[in-house]
Amino acid sequence: MLVVELDGKPTLDELLPGVEVRHISASAALAEYLDTHGLSRVAKRLASSGIIDVVATASPGIDDIVVLGKIKQLERSGDWDLVVVDGPAAGHAITFLLAAKGLLATVRGGPIATQATDVAEMLADAARCQVVLVTLPEATPVNEAVETAYALEERVGVHLAPVVVNAVDDGPLLPVEAAKAGSPQQAAAEFRNARRRLHADECARLGTELALPQIHLPMMPGAVLDAAGVDGLAAAWAGGSDA
Amino acid sequence: MPEEALSPIPALLAGADVLVCCGSGGVGKTTTAAALGLEAARHGRRAVVVTIDPAKRLADALGVPGGLGNDPVRIPTGAVDGAGELWALMLDTATTFDGLVTANAADEAQAERILANRFYRNVAGSLSGTQEYMAAERLHALHSDPRFDLVIVDTPPTRNALDFLDAPGTLARFIDHPLFRLMMMPTRRGLKVLNIATQPVLKTIGKVVGGDVVADAVAFFQAFAGMETGFRHRADEVITLLHGPRTRYLLVASPRADTVGEARFFAGRLQEKELAVAAVVVNRCTPDFGAPPARRPRGTAAAALHDNLAELHATAEVERAHVGTLLGDTAIADGTPTVFVPTLPSDVHTLDGLAAIRGFLHDGPSR
Repeated sequence: MLVVELDGKPTLDELLPGVEVRHISASAALAEYLDTHGLSRVAKRLASSGIIDVVATASPGIDDIVVLGKIKQLERSGDWDLVVVDGPAAGHAITFLLAAKGLLATVRGGPIATQATDVAEMLADAARCQVVLVTLPEATPVNEAVETAYALEERVGVHLAPVVVNAVDDGPLLPVEAAKAGSPQQAAAEFRNARRRLHADECARLGTELALPQIHLPMMPGAVLDAAGVDGLAAAWAGGSDA
Repeated sequence: MPEEALSPIPALLAGADVLVCCGSGGVGKTTTAAALGLEAARHGRRAVVVTIDPAKRLADALGVPGGLGNDPVRIPTGAVDGAGELWALMLDTATTFDGLVTANAADEAQAERILANRFYRNVAGSLSGTQEYMAAERLHALHSDPRFDLVIVDTPPTRNALDFLDAPGTLARFIDHPLFRLMMMPTRRGLKVLNIATQPVLKTIGKVVGGDVVADAVAFFQAFAGMETGFRHRADEVITLLHGPRTRYLLVASPRADTVGEARFFAGRLQEKELAVAAVVVNRCTPDFGAPPARRPRGTAAAALHDNLAELHATAEVERAHVGTLLGDTAIADGTPTVFVPTLPSDVHTLDGLAAIRGFLHDGPSR
């Protein structure tokens, strides 16, 4: 499998030592796109003089389209069974995924329109592409996930996979009543129970507002997210699918 | 509430006219920006919180039911409000750009020609860089607005969030660009749009994006002619404000390895721009109720309580180490004021919750 990262962050390379990680940026993808369409001379001239922005400007969403087009190309290459893309944050994800539809509405014909058609096809085909929403068991992230889910289904028309709820503190409630009044054990247990109730409530609310299966990933006490931690989460993933 | 605050935040707010909150996603940046606004209002400031993120986090944090728009709305802060005020808005790039065009146009006809242009309509909201430039522009406009004496900016949760620092310069370079000049030529030489669109460079670009798009673009730049000076002058003013002595940059982080890495990235970006991190806010710190007794009790209930205390203590220790890495970064000056905000037992999504966070920002604990 292949992991694609879009924000230039090195984090994923460190967390996934055994997995191929590719970083795709809009400007590099656009330069490559122009190159493969026999416009390499222009591409060089554009890139070196910074006009690439003007091309990106000329058709809104073209930068998103070339990135999505690159992802589509990787998917179509058959070199990987699965391509996992670390997409943009909720507010930007919808604009990003709407780029194909938006572009098709404004540009008629030409290679970019073909590209947009191919991308739109990939996004609409549940066998080829699904979106995994990732959220936290807290009020604001849950609200955001619900809104994003509806926007993705209605406006983008992309198929939604189960929702991943991250860092769920789902242990049993602690026996606070057994603690000595005023002891640190009591304060610690009260805090922990409040968090666990909150997490349970928010997961339940997410389930009511969004009819999608949920996958809960456990909170990792110790807060070290390293390669071993990711392996642990992957194991939890394999074991813990939750309706 | 102590009269003498231990926290560096009140002093930071008192010394700032513009406060930019930066940091990665999921660290409570928006909540922090809103809580800082609340704290500033309590100290008699007339604060406005601006969010650039299209997500509705700020509206959620402030309990604004209908969401926020491009115009500032007054937030009813009730009992926590001092003599000051708290306002909030969400940046609308297209509307801000329209305002800028109208303000700089020679006459109404020029403004109308630009605003009606198809290329402009597409570009105004979505051009890469426009959003950043309009954010900087809006910051300047709010700074000059007599209704406010403090502007707090909540930046988007992406790595390029600080691009708005470069945006005014990018615009100035763009205006000076040969292609822009080429497109402006017709007004000088009396050529028609069509002739310009057949220039080799534009023709090639047209092959990729479509010829009518290029024609629209040329028409836009022609209509734009004459406004460059106003735009460039404004860009210079914005740059001066971003580097001004009363514009401060606050780094928001959480005590996890990955978010600390991102916070260091932002600190590095600020350092490149020769801007100092004025303070660090570390959110979502696991509360430490102390080390557990050496002996683990035998009873099931007592052991569970002991283990929980131990787990929270161990987590807090690991978090302190991560924060140590952050504060030890060379991009953050030694002794930079730092405030730690604990994870609260309940969620922060109402004004009351925000008031609790404000309390922590006011009182410390700090370094």
